[in-house]
Amino acid sequence: MSSPTGKSAERATGPGAHAAGSPDTPRGRSRRTLPSPLRHLLFAALGLAAVTGLLLVTGDLTALRLAAVGYTMLAVAGLQLLVGGSGQVSLGHGAFMMIGAYTMTLLVLHQPMLPIAANLLIIVAVSAVAGIAVGAATARLHGPYLAGATLILAVGLPGLTHRYHEFLGGSNGLNIRTAGAPPFLQGVFTDSEWKALVVWTTVVIGLAVLATISSGRLGRRMRSLRDDETAAAMAGVPVGKTKVVAFVIASAAGGLGGGLQAYVLGTATPSSFTLVLSLTLLAALVFGGIGSLWGALWAAVTVVYLQIWATDLARSLELGRNVENNLPVVFFGIVLILVLRFWPLGLHGALTRLGARLRPPTTR
Amino acid sequence: MRRGTPGVLAAALALTVMATACTGAGEVADGGEVDLDVSTGVTDDSIVLGSHQPLTGPAAPGYLAVSQGARAVFDYVNAQGGIHGRQIDYRVEDDAYDPAQTIDVTRQLVLEDEIFAMVGGLGTPTHGGVIDYLNDEGVPDIFPSSGALAWNNTEEHPLTYGWQTDYTKEAKIQGQYISENFSGQNVGYLYQNDDIGEDSQAGLDQYLADEVVAREHYESEVSDLSAQVAEFERTEAEVVVCSCIPAFVALAMLEAASIGYEPQWVISSIGGDTATLQGLLAEFTQDTDAEDVPADAFLDGALVTSYMPRVEDQEDEWAQFFLEVYGEYGEGETVTNTHVFGMTQAVMVAQVLRSAGQDLTRQSLVDAMEAQEWQGPGLLPFSSSGGDHGGHQGVYVVQYRAGGTIEMVQGPRVTDREGGGIEETDFERLPPEELDFHD
Amino acid sequence: MTHFINLTLNGLATGAAYAALALSLVIIYQATRLVNFAQPALALVAVYTAYTVTGITGSYWLGFAAALTAGLVAGAAVERFVIRPIARVSQLNAIIVTLGLLLVVQGLVGMVWGNEQHGFRYAFSYVGRFAPSSVFALVSVGAVALLLFALYRFTPLGLRMRAAAFHPEAARLSGVRVGLMLTAGWAIASCIGALAGMLAGPPFISPNVFDVVFVYGITAAVIGGLDNPFGAVVGGLLIGLGMSYVSGYAGPELATLTALAIVVVVLSVRPDGILSRPTARKV
Repeated sequence: MSSPTGKSAERATGPGAHAAGSPDTPRGRSRRTLPSPLRHLLFAALGLAAVTGLLLVTGDLTALRLAAVGYTMLAVAGLQLLVGGSGQVSLGHGAFMMIGAYTMTLLVLHQPMLPIAANLLIIVAVSAVAGIAVGAATARLHGPYLAGATLILAVGLPGLTHRYHEFLGGSNGLNIRTAGAPPFLQGVFTDSEWKALVVWTTVVIGLAVLATISSGRLGRRMRSLRDDETAAAMAGVPVGKTKVVAFVIASAAGGLGGGLQAYVLGTATPSSFTLVLSLTLLAALVFGGIGSLWGALWAAVTVVYLQIWATDLARSLELGRNVENNLPVVFFGIVLILVLRFWPLGLHGALTRLGARLRPPTTR
Repeated sequence: MRRGTPGVLAAALALTVMATACTGAGEVADGGEVDLDVSTGVTDDSIVLGSHQPLTGPAAPGYLAVSQGARAVFDYVNAQGGIHGRQIDYRVEDDAYDPAQTIDVTRQLVLEDEIFAMVGGLGTPTHGGVIDYLNDEGVPDIFPSSGALAWNNTEEHPLTYGWQTDYTKEAKIQGQYISENFSGQNVGYLYQNDDIGEDSQAGLDQYLADEVVAREHYESEVSDLSAQVAEFERTEAEVVVCSCIPAFVALAMLEAASIGYEPQWVISSIGGDTATLQGLLAEFTQDTDAEDVPADAFLDGALVTSYMPRVEDQEDEWAQFFLEVYGEYGEGETVTNTHVFGMTQAVMVAQVLRSAGQDLTRQSLVDAMEAQEWQGPGLLPFSSSGGDHGGHQGVYVVQYRAGGTIEMVQGPRVTDREGGGIEETDFERLPPEELDFHD
Repeated sequence: MTHFINLTLNGLATGAAYAALALSLVIIYQATRLVNFAQPALALVAVYTAYTVTGITGSYWLGFAAALTAGLVAGAAVERFVIRPIARVSQLNAIIVTLGLLLVVQGLVGMVWGNEQHGFRYAFSYVGRFAPSSVFALVSVGAVALLLFALYRFTPLGLRMRAAAFHPEAARLSGVRVGLMLTAGWAIASCIGALAGMLAGPPFISPNVFDVVFVYGITAAVIGGLDNPFGAVVGGLLIGLGMSYVSGYAGPELATLTALAIVVVVLSVRPDGILSRPTARKV
């Protein structure tokens, strides 16, 4: 399993696909007139503008779900860099989200004066430290051994909340109230919309950073590790260090995602950060399309919305209670299997192929 | 330049957002008054009620029955013509016992389904995540299905009305009963390692502090009690108080049977659903001396505290009524006390909706809650007014007898959650046909 | 001292179930280089089949036989119809597909049998400090590990299966029906998974009952070393004992953290598991 994503992932292209897109295609070069960080910021701005627009025409429920898409996307994008970039399959990404979420609730509980931006920076620092620890401990592991170790991390870490339940609230977790829209914007945005906006601002900045990293030297090094560790080492890539760095970046993104989740939902409990979450994140990543940040977007949309649509579907079918209750889970499973069966590159792969087919041949 | 402009704009927008987010993240201004003079979710012929329940996932096995029971009663009420001509539209959303999902489905219920009130939202960590939201939005939060003390706080959450006898009150009455009837005997506590355990011990210790020989806890994700039960045996605990959910009560009984240890079990209402326990334990009777009667060998003599009618009670009119209603409107064969939990809740919700009158608004519902003189189906006085939203105020004690019957060994008693005394009560219930809860 | 003995016996009994599941994971890993997340789902199908058969016939052992058969058939079917078309494309995709399968099967079981808990019998009496049912668990797992070792080491079938897994092209050229061997591997693995289910299921079963068992099963397989059936047994017992001691002496809230600690310690000393063969690093 040294190369779990397979070479096929290399085919993924598209505006956000710097992670895997071959940088030397003519199209790629024509876009390089702008320096990479600025170009990513441009995308970030467009994304933020789109979300703001969406928020203005929809209600509070959509705001909550858009925020969920945002923080899930950031977490998945971090995992993207780790799995799609460096080829390390982690089943414990939920653990980093949990670290971020608890850091946020603890900060708000004990240091309510700190602004949200400071909280987020602290969360990045804390989860990066956690990433160093985990990355260093697992750098020698490969394939299923890494998967097993990260899996037990996701299951074991919530145990801490029971051990220190005075401080971490035990199984009931910690509840916080976070500030909503600032006074002068009170009429423009509701609290939920404001929070969604804060989430997305953080998310687009985070994504721009991730995109810049993965199109830079570090990203190339990671991909060389994924493709062939031995060859990479011979070419002078510091194998261990690069692996740890990938873990640190992924865990910072995961932690930030978790922190934003706690900020929006106002709660952090062990029952939100179960094994199911970690597995869902990885499944959604592959489902959305590995090797591209667009894949993270489709993954996040799927995680947030598929269950809701499936529940509505189950209701409308008028089946027995047992069937109705379990249908959403079965539905997600079947969609997952079918998509991977017929579109190995996930939704993003399918969309790229569709786009290529629709585009008039002259522009190619 | 054409390309640069959006980039600059973007940076400016991002900076604005970050800069305005510079006030303390935890500094929350007090919200204004909520408007309760609304009839959200009420039409001429229907009332939309919502609930969040674990229908799938690890918590589903124990609690699925709550909403099944409630639904059966609402169907019954609707079949009788509803409430002031309105049919109850009971919408249950699955949160899989994950607070993050609870928040999502609660918003969905409030904003999309436009529920009139939240009824019986289940679980302490789950409901704890939405209680602020419901109160901020002015959605009446009727009868959360949990015994946490947090629901009874009219200062912070005026729209939340507790339901279950809270863990401390129940434990005080258990403690007193044990100290009176098993005086001088060694007592062991077995409890779930969260607020259930904490609040229960606070009550038990008021009466049993000198008798306790072992305090053992379990985590709901580790389904193994061998070490705990072995410790009870080692310390020679003669009475074991179990503040646990049914699966762990059953597990403790099995574990004790396997090492030949036979304490007097005292089980809290949350785990004392003997119908469920029978179902779980029936398979294991083949190794004991009571061959013919399922699970009797385990349950015989067990003491259970309770505040609702019990399905085992063939004398109780409400229990018989619930069996009939479930037989007609419910799904599945066996009716457990967990079904009765949901059914009792539903009857009381219907009752207060009826009292709120023809012109139903959230304010009239709250007024009705505050003014309601509760007369069952629960066997205990019920508090929903005057700054005390504590719900049921005490418990009665039953003992399980071989053959599946129960006997009340101590009548209903009430107490507070502090150090106050325990008193008998002469609470009178109305039978099903006299209670006004449907047209 | 009795406390210590009790904890030891208890740890061995639970460890046996982890070991059984770990064994089934090891076989599939050896056959297809996959970590099979659908393993608990296949065990679930087997156990619920046993529940139904025992309910109808009244015989535990008919149910037991039905469970092993169901596991065998389900494993073969999954390999043939779900995994094979995908495994060719990408291993990660195949792993995620087993995850999807887990969701589907858990949901289907919930649809058919409901999400409630059911009481589920042990194979033998559970009464006693070291009950017959625990002895059965240990003995059966030990026997299965021995049989597997013998199968791979001494029989032509085992040889072909290994060849098909490690050198599929060469195996094909020398006349081994590679596809059939893979299906056989999955069938055997799922049959052992069904046994794991029968050991770990009691006393109560519900659609999520094997989630935790699976986590410790995979942990056991990893610390034992994925190349060796005895590694799975050692890993399972190590996890079982470790968690039992810590629960007993320090408190059950530390049980999962203990498993994490064991994994960290073992893998930092031996990154390929306790019983892995020392291989020359390729670098």
